[in-house]
Amino acid sequence: MIPSTFSYVQAHSVEEAIRLLRDSDGEGKLLAGGHSLVPLLKFRLTTPGTLIDIGEIPELRGVRKEGNRIIIGAMTTYRQVLLDPLVAQHLPVLAEAIGQIGDIQIRNRGTIGGNIAHADPAADLPGVALALDAMLEIQGEDGAELVEADGFFLGPLVTALPETSLLTSVSFLIPPEGARSTYLKYAHPASGYAVVGVCAIAALDPDGVVSTIRVAVNGAGDVAYRARSVEDKLLGHAPTAERIRQAASLAADDGEMGSDQFASEEYRRHLCCVYAQRALESILL
Amino acid sequence: MASLIGSAVRRKEDPRLLTGNGCFTDDIKLTGMVHAAFLRSPHAHARIIRVDTEKARSLPGVTAVFTGLDLAGKMKAVPAMWFLPGCDLKPKDRPALATDKVRYAGEAVAVVIAENRYVARDALDLIEVDYEVLPAVVSQELAMQDDAALLHDDVPNNLALLWKAGEIPDQVFADAEVVVKQRLYNQRVIPSPMETRGAVAQYNPGSGEMTLWCTSQNPHIHRLIYADVLGIPETKLRIIAPDVGGGFGAKIATYTEEAVVACIAREIQKPVKWVEERKEHFMATSHGRDEVLEVELAGTKDGRITALRVTNTANLGAYLSTFGAGCPTIDFGLMVTGAYAIPQAAVVTYGVYTNTTPTDAYRGAGKPEATYQIERAVDLFADKIGMDPVEVRRINLVPNDAFPYNSAMGVTYDSGDYQKALDKALEIFDYAAFREEQKEQRQKGKYLGVGFSTYVELCGFGPSAVAGAIGFQGGVWENSTVRVHPGGTVTVFTGTSPHGQGTATTFCQIVAEKLGVPISDVELVSGDTQSVSMGWGTYGSRATAVGGAAVSLATDRVIEKARKIAAHELETTVDQIEFIAGQFTVKGDLSRSRTIQQIARSANYAWNLPEGVEPALEGQSFFDPSNFVYPFGTHICVVEVDEGTGEVEIRRYIAVDDVGRVINPLLAEGQVHGGIAQGVGQALWEGAVYTEQGQLQSGTFMDYTMPKARFFPPIESAFTETLSPVNPLGAKGIGETGTTAAPPAVVNAVMDALKPFGVAALDMPLTPEKVWRAIRSGRDKE
Repeated sequence: MIPSTFSYVQAHSVEEAIRLLRDSDGEGKLLAGGHSLVPLLKFRLTTPGTLIDIGEIPELRGVRKEGNRIIIGAMTTYRQVLLDPLVAQHLPVLAEAIGQIGDIQIRNRGTIGGNIAHADPAADLPGVALALDAMLEIQGEDGAELVEADGFFLGPLVTALPETSLLTSVSFLIPPEGARSTYLKYAHPASGYAVVGVCAIAALDPDGVVSTIRVAVNGAGDVAYRARSVEDKLLGHAPTAERIRQAASLAADDGEMGSDQFASEEYRRHLCCVYAQRALESILL
Repeated sequence: MASLIGSAVRRKEDPRLLTGNGCFTDDIKLTGMVHAAFLRSPHAHARIIRVDTEKARSLPGVTAVFTGLDLAGKMKAVPAMWFLPGCDLKPKDRPALATDKVRYAGEAVAVVIAENRYVARDALDLIEVDYEVLPAVVSQELAMQDDAALLHDDVPNNLALLWKAGEIPDQVFADAEVVVKQRLYNQRVIPSPMETRGAVAQYNPGSGEMTLWCTSQNPHIHRLIYADVLGIPETKLRIIAPDVGGGFGAKIATYTEEAVVACIAREIQKPVKWVEERKEHFMATSHGRDEVLEVELAGTKDGRITALRVTNTANLGAYLSTFGAGCPTIDFGLMVTGAYAIPQAAVVTYGVYTNTTPTDAYRGAGKPEATYQIERAVDLFADKIGMDPVEVRRINLVPNDAFPYNSAMGVTYDSGDYQKALDKALEIFDYAAFREEQKEQRQKGKYLGVGFSTYVELCGFGPSAVAGAIGFQGGVWENSTVRVHPGGTVTVFTGTSPHGQGTATTFCQIVAEKLGVPISDVELVSGDTQSVSMGWGTYGSRATAVGGAAVSLATDRVIEKARKIAAHELETTVDQIEFIAGQFTVKGDLSRSRTIQQIARSANYAWNLPEGVEPALEGQSFFDPSNFVYPFGTHICVVEVDEGTGEVEIRRYIAVDDVGRVINPLLAEGQVHGGIAQGVGQALWEGAVYTEQGQLQSGTFMDYTMPKARFFPPIESAFTETLSPVNPLGAKGIGETGTTAAPPAVVNAVMDALKPFGVAALDMPLTPEKVWRAIRSGRDKE
């Protein structure tokens, strides 16, 4: 469990980090909280020439509210997010999901940006990011741009993040007033990662009809996905138990299921439906 | 003063360990020390065509690289030490490093020695090995087939042993009122102590002395075996097991890496250290279980079990490990009838070589497998005759007046009160209320189940004559010296070197209680072959029953001698001296007394000793018990099965264990908790998974599920105390009760929960998908 040789540098600004990335000729890797990267290094599954530590860049940390969005710096730790009053008030589902990540030590070190940029298919936040219509601020050599989380995750540990760019913050859409939400996770008993995680957000109009519904699934396959078939089935309808059941039965339709020694494709498909149903029942019934 | 024996004394070890002041093998740092890393085969079965170490040798910081050929003539292969007679055993030793062929993925092929671990590890990537990959055999049943690839050319059908005990004519089963037949797989598990293996070796070229620190449960066994492997006399080979961070049986075995490290330390005349990586541990340290059990039980319609026949097809892995031949035969076979008076029983065991990591003892070693098959079979029998599983157990449990009880398998259970433990467990449980709740919950679509395990196990190894008769290449007695120093403090030496059990607490409790001295005045010395003359180690739940008994007897000898000196000083006869709570007093005259500390000084100064009494105050005992000990009890597990996902939740776990005299209830309960966690771990989560090509898929903690505290409700633990007559403490063993009793209790509970779906048998681990599929196919049948 010993990594191969690498050099280590610390970046003190976003610009410096980007410069260091460019100078490393594709051999550089950003080090955030390290809780995903270091195990990969120890298994020699990744062998970067240089680790660029972005832990000492102050502007990458913190939580703020802008309009109907909460913006969280990429290097904000899980623990900081969990304790943040803005998150507690506006994004309870994010706190609910983060509270289920790893253990206390991991939450003290792991970062929200590291989680999303690493794009582990079994991580909890990609699904939550999709359900909260997250926008990712990406800074590169040519300046900053905002990209939608939907479309950012391309495959296991693969994202649309350009090689010499940095994810600097994640902004989450505040659900409408009165919305209810939950993140329900079937944790792998060995790793604690999601075999299936379902994030569901819903609001009803005064007539009791579903006016907002966003459902996303992570863990089941190579990438997190929005379960749009579920959403379509519910939007504009009264959420009866039967309708929820019908909608939840579509929860695997919009994603590719994975398969491993713990859970087959068929079982994962089933779990998506069961967990979607339970999540929807808990917020709609 | 309250008795120390039976008190929940806090562990003497903990302040040191919890403040980071322990000294484990990896903490040993010697001047000039270099580091070893092993190159391991990626293939399960392959011929080695070429090993090129040139590039690795030239990496800066690399001291040396050795292949198997480089070590030829410098050390021997490492043999097993249990050569079971009468079973046509074909032992295959572990080569120092593979030379011609590798036989499991993870077998060591070369070793790099470098100035630090990092360079050593980097150099491994520079060694080139050409393999000719051969077909691999992973399953023991497939390995026995005629067309299976052979691991060892002179072992036809890969059959390492065929052991038979007892015989029952087929007619008995043909004539039986009821017969239950079931195939069960007791799956392979990977012992995962917090500390992996490791070794540090230092050779003195002047004296020819070798010191080897290593992670051993039994340093004297390591000395015995490695002395021969390395060609170093026992007088010059010192094995030290410092603090050892758990073993669960995996640190009984003598492996090659430790011996290779010592051999190379002698070659290059530098201290060498090797610490196993966790990833290596999964492949290179012995696995446990992996037995296919076919059980056939005959009985009557009114619930009496009349005969039991079991076939065990056991996977021994690629080589014969230290206790490898004994676990699926003696340890398993002698206990197949469990806690029941079954008049006839027979066992056949096939031990098979496969392209997998060698298997050896794992917490319970054979007894959990024996208990699993009988406890599952009893439930299936109860089902078949429509009787409550508790009632069937009551009918068949060995009755109190039958002890010492001679079982059909030819062993003698020392003592027991099986009904009492069952009664106590049921009292804690409230069975009737549970069945009501189960009925109600089922109507609401919630599936609860209860499982019972009325177990007995064989431990406390044991009479040495029996060890000899079953081919164990050693004794199983124990040794202790109790030395009282001039100032009155006491050093206790034991051969049962601990690896986390808390022996320094329990053994000191025994001595402090008997001598009437504060426990803080007593220290335990163990783990060093130079300090302790001899011993056979900690395994088979033998530490207290055998090692503790030796400590107790050695203490008696100290008291006996001290009594003579006290009588002399108090000018009376020995029979007039009473010894209570550390005071020697003349009967009827409380004013005439000496403390044990005063006598210690007198004995050591030797100014005025009675005639014929030698100086110093020290007692030694070599204790060889007259029989094994047989702890028993009843475990009850309540589960809830999630119908939607197949997940199993443990709702309650009740353990009533009878381990004879409990020396320290706090530590005893700790053993119960840990054992149950591991037993439930096997039932629900743990399991080594190989591909057909012999690649270990469950090779990290990301895939291999260890039981975690949050998976458990508070364990409801209680004891009954039926003393053992075979040792002076009356103690039995406790270390393996949980892993023995828990798996069938859990599986029986899940099967009970799944009854509405018509599911009768599932193999461990009962992973959610497996349970979900069983529920689904049960539904489809409806």
